[in-house]
Amino acid sequence: MQHVDGNAIAGPLAEFFAFDVTTAVARCNGCGSVAELARAMVYTSPAGSVLRCASCEQVLATLVESDDRAWIGFSGVSAIEVRRR
Amino acid sequence: MSDASTATATSATSEPAPALAAMPRAGWHVATVVATRQETAKAARLELDVDGWPGNAAGQHLDLRLTAPDGYTVTRSYSIASSGPGTRVVLAVDKLPDGEVSPFLVDEVRVGDRLEVHGPLGAFFVWRPVDRGAVRAAGDGAGGAASALRARPVQLIAGGSGIVPLFAMATAHAEARDLTPFRMLYSVRTPDDLFFAEELMALAAASDVFRLDLVYTRRTPDGWPNLAGRVTRAALAAAVLPATERPIVYVCGSTGFVERVASWLIELGHDARDIRTERFGGI
Repeated sequence: MQHVDGNAIAGPLAEFFAFDVTTAVARCNGCGSVAELARAMVYTSPAGSVLRCASCEQVLATLVESDDRAWIGFSGVSAIEVRRR
Repeated sequence: MSDASTATATSATSEPAPALAAMPRAGWHVATVVATRQETAKAARLELDVDGWPGNAAGQHLDLRLTAPDGYTVTRSYSIASSGPGTRVVLAVDKLPDGEVSPFLVDEVRVGDRLEVHGPLGAFFVWRPVDRGAVRAAGDGAGGAASALRARPVQLIAGGSGIVPLFAMATAHAEARDLTPFRMLYSVRTPDDLFFAEELMALAAASDVFRLDLVYTRRTPDGWPNLAGRVTRAALAAAVLPATERPIVYVCGSTGFVERVASWLIELGHDARDIRTERFGGI
């Protein structure tokens, strides 16, 4: 399966968050690398989207949507930094 | 949080993405098609008037949703070729042979049609003109350092329809009369496959600070000095701003193109944090 960038799920995530989560800087639980979620690798299938760390490929986050709800996991992220200004 | 601790916390990113307060909130909007034209043999340019659109930065994208009479919906992302305030948005859509949405947008959409769009999206793959007033006001403090970063030269690298968000950046650069050095390397199959051909040539002809380098992968124009062929590492090294000038590099194209180019850029000494990519899968 071919991946794209974290940029690609800015739209789906914007449905649920008050800001563009892809610009937030996240720390990977697997290798400790710190990067914007926009730099992660996104694998999308009909079942949902998986974000993987661009450095170690650990799963950072998952997004699964149905008609009436969504499941958003950040299982591989230990912290995110959001710029206020 | 003090300025000093902010600077430390964002040290992983050479040029932080805009703060959340700086970006308009994305939302779903109804777009009316106000103009269409053929861009290439298999691509179309669509101009939309989007009800309630808050404006967008150069490099952002939108999601476009089509709904069938039976309620089946399909959503695809498209880069925006335009930027700035106002409700007009320009897209350039390449028809994918197996696509569900692009053949409709290229072959079927007519002026007056209405489409659902979600955006503006993505605050990471964007470029903004330098705010010269802010540079002067910031002086030598922390803000001055941030402004200096924003004035770093820019290298744009496009593969095929990956030109769309980079064209928005080049246009924004020209319209702002921004003096930041800008270079664009555009890899395209043949002269007939160029998007925004006239506009790009005009930008390059009119500006001392924008330079356009073209690579043709399948067929060149008559009298072209180079053979047709993919961008090589040597060609990349010759065309792009050297790592010593610390350019911000934006790369957009198919996943294979972007990964090839990004890995060569790192071998050529560019810092991974200075390279921003937008892969659109495919091919």
